[in-house]
Amino acid sequence: MRWRVAISAMLVTVTVMAGQAMAEDRHIVLASTTSTENSGLLGAILPLFRAESGVEVRVVAVGTGQALRLARNGDADVLLVHHRPSEEAFVADGFGVERHEVMYNDFVLIGPRDDPAEIAGLDDASGALARIAEAGAVFTSRSDNSGTHLAERALWDAAGVVLDGASRDWYREMGSGMGATLNAAVAMDAYVLADRATWVSFANKRDHTVLVEGDPALFNQYAVILVSPDRHPHVRAEDGQAFIDWLLSNEGQAAIAAFRVDGQPLFFPNAGGQS
Amino acid sequence: MQSPPVNPTLSVSPKRVEPRCVEPKCVEPKCVEPKCVEPKCVETESLMSDFVQAFGLALHLVASFDPELVDIVGRSLYVSLSAVAIASFIGLPLGAVVAVYRFPGRRAVVVLLNALMGLPPVFVGLMVYLMLSRSGPLGPLGLLFTPTAMIIAQAILITPIIAALAREIVRGLYDEYREQLCSFGARPRQMVLTLLWDARVGLSTAVMAGFGRAMAEVGAVLIVGGNIAYATRVMTTAIALETSKGNLALALALGLILVVIALGVNAVAAMLGGASTRRYA
Repeated sequence: MRWRVAISAMLVTVTVMAGQAMAEDRHIVLASTTSTENSGLLGAILPLFRAESGVEVRVVAVGTGQALRLARNGDADVLLVHHRPSEEAFVADGFGVERHEVMYNDFVLIGPRDDPAEIAGLDDASGALARIAEAGAVFTSRSDNSGTHLAERALWDAAGVVLDGASRDWYREMGSGMGATLNAAVAMDAYVLADRATWVSFANKRDHTVLVEGDPALFNQYAVILVSPDRHPHVRAEDGQAFIDWLLSNEGQAAIAAFRVDGQPLFFPNAGGQS
Repeated sequence: MQSPPVNPTLSVSPKRVEPRCVEPKCVEPKCVEPKCVEPKCVETESLMSDFVQAFGLALHLVASFDPELVDIVGRSLYVSLSAVAIASFIGLPLGAVVAVYRFPGRRAVVVLLNALMGLPPVFVGLMVYLMLSRSGPLGPLGLLFTPTAMIIAQAILITPIIAALAREIVRGLYDEYREQLCSFGARPRQMVLTLLWDARVGLSTAVMAGFGRAMAEVGAVLIVGGNIAYATRVMTTAIALETSKGNLALALALGLILVVIALGVNAVAAMLGGASTRRYA
């Protein structure tokens, strides 16, 4: 008898807690890349949206691959990611309503200042990677299916470098986020591909610096997608769409442009494109 | 708005962390000229400064009652203490029952409990995620990315720890008092209750072990909580986040505060334990 009472008491507690979780004020879950969160962009612009709409945006910052996975399962309302082919597949498969381009920045190739592979100043990113491979200089890779990782793999393909057993000596698959990979690259004197926003706001640069930048292949487009309420009826579509509309509006775009770290803009609004 | 450097979270971080960016400049010439004989000492030097900075930062954060820190510490305690309460509620009686009752497969249960003490947190996190995901069986509850989900994951992690340790402790006491209890004609159920009460000092160690594991755990709460600022961020996930931002001093400071909290909770438990053992002396 006592057990039954105890168990039902526990069930009641759980239900009450669940009820509280649901009764909280208006919020949406945004699955985003680590770059937008760790650079401080979302921390700077989300309060503006909240002040206007009363909607709190809860950010789950993970790699693009994991963000898409969360959204496919219906565990996020809105996606903010940066890998066009995966995004288009997400929408084509019926999980997303529509893909809207929001802003861009670029990837940069970072390495130790003494630059053993001598890539500094090259304007061709895949050429630089080819040199790193040739020199057998240590390169740390995200290897986590994030947007940055997928972009990096595309650059290796373009460079004609095959990453196989023989590359294990110098190609280190970190399997972790951008920040952890940067920490590792700094500690290992390794080269690494990173998005500029995370790099500029990264506080543990030590002796590492940007070596290659400006190649059009390093372009990095961010897009926002509402998770389809047809596929996942619980999606907070109205508030989610309001957030997307705000991001694409003049006001949201201006907020993105106004965000700076050390006086340097990290994201450049370019709403308008969609697919 | 103009320059919210790095993150507007934990308001002290930008100011305090910046000096490190300045440092390499003055260190550079040393390291460039003699073709890098001293990079090691340069590194230890700045790592040491991380430590010094961390202590300063930790003191500053605590002294200034940084609102985000208070929020994070409060949530850590709420989540872990709730998990410990649930796990104790299940684990203590479970351990005592396994210690006292005889039933087929008891050894297997003991082995299982001991093995489950080593459950990897990320694995538990993933399982709980799959259960609570909107596409999972408990999806409609909408518990994913809430503190409740974190409590569930931690409770699953530490219930076997508390149960296995409780079994060990109760078993010892049972061996000692079995004859006496039998001579009173006590039934197994009464024995369980009596032994649980008499072993309370030892059992508090089991509970503290569970609490320690819960507070220190990061893998599971990261997956099911999502490390959402002001919603599911706790000490350990905040430390992981600051590390990934390269704010090593701030991460270290948060770690120090976590250690102090763990010390404090354990000290309280030890004092309570000490007070009640004196009775036996």
